[in-house]
Amino acid sequence: MGHLLEVNGLEVKFALRFGDLTAIDGISFTLDKKEKLGLVGESGAGKSVTGFAVINLISKPGFISGGSIRFEEHELNRLPEEKMRSIRGNRISMIFQDPMMTLNPVLTIGTQMIETVLAHRDASKSDARDIALEKLRKVYIPSPEKRLEQYPHELSGGMRQRIVIAIALLTNPALIIADEPTTALDVTIQAGIMELLSQLCETENMGMILITHDLAVVSQVTQRIAVMYAGRIIETGPSDYIVNCPRHPYTIGLINSLPGARKAGSRLTQIPGMMPNLTAIPPGCAFHPRCRLQEPVCKKSRPALEPVSAPEHFAACHQVDKTVDQDKLLNLLNEDNQ
Amino acid sequence: MAEQTALLELVNVVKHFDISGTFLDQITFKAGRITRNRTIVRAVNGISFSIQRGETLSIVGESGCGKSTLARTVLGLYPPNSGRILYGAKRIDNLSSQAMLAYRSKMQMIFQDPYASLNPRMTVKRTLEEPVKYHNKGIGASAVEEKVSEVMRLVGVDPKWAERYPHEFSGGQRQRISIARALMVDPEFVVADEPVSALDVSIQAQILNLLMDAQEQRKLTYLFITHDLSVVRHISTRVAVMYLGMLCELAPAKEIFSTPRHPYTKALLSAVPKLGAKDPNYIRLNGEVPTPINLPPGCVFHGRCNYADKRCKTEIPITTKLSEPTRVACHRVEEGKL
Ligand SMILES: Nc1ncnc2c1ncn2[C@@H]1O[C@H](COP(=O)(O)OP(=O)(O)OP(=O)(O)O)[C@@H](O)[C@H]1O
Ligand SMILES: Nc1ncnc2c1ncn2[C@@H]1O[C@H](COP(=O)(O)OP(=O)(O)OP(=O)(O)O)[C@@H](O)[C@H]1O
Ligand code: SF4
Ligand SMILES: [Mg+2]
Ligand SMILES: [Mg+2]
Repeated sequence: MGHLLEVNGLEVKFALRFGDLTAIDGISFTLDKKEKLGLVGESGAGKSVTGFAVINLISKPGFISGGSIRFEEHELNRLPEEKMRSIRGNRISMIFQDPMMTLNPVLTIGTQMIETVLAHRDASKSDARDIALEKLRKVYIPSPEKRLEQYPHELSGGMRQRIVIAIALLTNPALIIADEPTTALDVTIQAGIMELLSQLCETENMGMILITHDLAVVSQVTQRIAVMYAGRIIETGPSDYIVNCPRHPYTIGLINSLPGARKAGSRLTQIPGMMPNLTAIPPGCAFHPRCRLQEPVCKKSRPALEPVSAPEHFAACHQVDKTVDQDKLLNLLNEDNQ
Repeated sequence: MAEQTALLELVNVVKHFDISGTFLDQITFKAGRITRNRTIVRAVNGISFSIQRGETLSIVGESGCGKSTLARTVLGLYPPNSGRILYGAKRIDNLSSQAMLAYRSKMQMIFQDPYASLNPRMTVKRTLEEPVKYHNKGIGASAVEEKVSEVMRLVGVDPKWAERYPHEFSGGQRQRISIARALMVDPEFVVADEPVSALDVSIQAQILNLLMDAQEQRKLTYLFITHDLSVVRHISTRVAVMYLGMLCELAPAKEIFSTPRHPYTKALLSAVPKLGAKDPNYIRLNGEVPTPINLPPGCVFHGRCNYADKRCKTEIPITTKLSEPTRVACHRVEEGKL
């Protein structure tokens, strides 16, 4: 059996006045049912664009310029828009950071949910209402009947995000793409939403792509993590390996710059500089200007994702052999910061 | 004893906002009688603590609990409704703006959004010069120029860039510039309201290092506000936990993270995502945060607390001193049951 989702060599460009900019530069990954994949990286790395590309919702001036996206035996970027729309609404749901991207402020929760059901299947209004109630219970909304009568502004941020998840479930999707679903929420509420999403993947037999800049969050939720940098996946593997023995210098730097990584009060390990802008992505390894391990080859040729020690663990770095001894490496990194 | 040398002291500070609108908005007719309804946001409700010279006191708590309001009240940007604020043992909450001027340069603020807090039409040079000229009337042009390049170097922005505008800098660089602006007038006390919340982790590490270095070199005292508990753990001397405008717990950073005492602190810390922690076991709270417009009677936390009993519903717990430096506002802790 094939994978639920198989992305191969995906490329997204933005057509701008002065030429095309490559935002996503050949990324590949797979996802199975019940599997959770974390897409992490800093602002501008291309996480959201990847999410939108999977559901073929890149808006102008952006376009998918290469690669393939296979989902449940369909080649998504070759489907006519009408067929795509039905897959997007029925089989794949997307959840955003801001619940108001999904919710309509002037309609009650009930109206929005019932209309969504009716748009996707033949059902009576009262059946649709029952389905809405069933999904609200699934996301642990207290007194769901009452919520149907309420407007979005009458609910807290955490409650709104639960409603959005309930709406995403209305069509029994096989894949959920959650783009920073808890970034705007407090940690106590975040913990509840993450637990809920995780649990729903199991019970509803769904795959999930969790997009976030928060490594700690993904490491708790997903089985696998893909780390993005300047439009590419630079390391991917089982979450445990990514967190405990990262091999790409960028991932290593990222994990060690987290305030929890070092003794309280000590200087944090910082990665010098910042992620390049799309207009100025360095040749070769895009990370080389910030990398302590760079050698001449890093400026010239682009490293491919190659398997490293652990099974299913890949990193794109010419100097990956030097990252085996992480203690030595950390000493190097910290010397630079003094 | 220690309280005597405190740089800053808050005694029962209360800050409410009246959002009732005009007099006419407040009038309603009910059962043949005219009633006047006022809507008061009880943002800060009787907070007392002191900050020692050279320490970093962090305030944590969820969105809307009153952190920013407290910070602004401390700086004299909002007049408190009641209570006292002392700076170096002198009352500053009732000063005329003329008399306050002397304190304005000693107390500086850094905001979350460096974009919004920098004037887009002013070059970096002018942004930095302005506060120096304002607070040191008659200072010579070359002295100002020297100061500008000194501070720019300190925050790691090349003085050659002094003629540039904010939009020409990245988010991390803009935050460096707003830190520079705060340091221009040689403050003793800096309030930082979510200074790294909008930044990526690798940049966040750079800014936190900068703040820690500046503190060490210039003997600064920080009031640090953030919802990111891993940052708090890294930089704080002591931590104050707020909930609905009240202080729940105040303790040395080490203590609060190793042995949180208040039921809310426990729940909050348990929900913080931890890198690589599988099956995180967080403490689930009942219900949702009430609004500061209708404060619950008794302990403001009782409706969500897993340990609340009768006394909690009626009697407001006062902060009791436990083992010396730790203060907790909870009946059950005071009774020795938690
Ligand atoms: N409509 C657009 N036109 C031009 N460039 C765009 C457009 N949308 C996105 N980009 C660029 O594509 C790159 C990837 O953006 P994307 O939104 O995927 O980043 P991200 O990883 O989701 O970041 P964040 O964490 O800030 O959400 C960025 O450099 C961004 O500037
Ligand atoms: N100027 C104002 N007028 C009326 N209400 C206000 C004002 N400023 C703050 N509030 C209210 O006071 C309460 C506390 O707000 P505050 O901004 O201090 O919270 P906070 O802890 O800083 O939250 P966040 O983490 O979201 O920044 C909130 O309910 C807020 O809506
Ligand atoms: S006082 Fe009561 S309600 Fe408040 S935190 Fe303590 S046990 Fe819970
Ligand atoms: Mg994004
Ligand atoms: Mg605030």
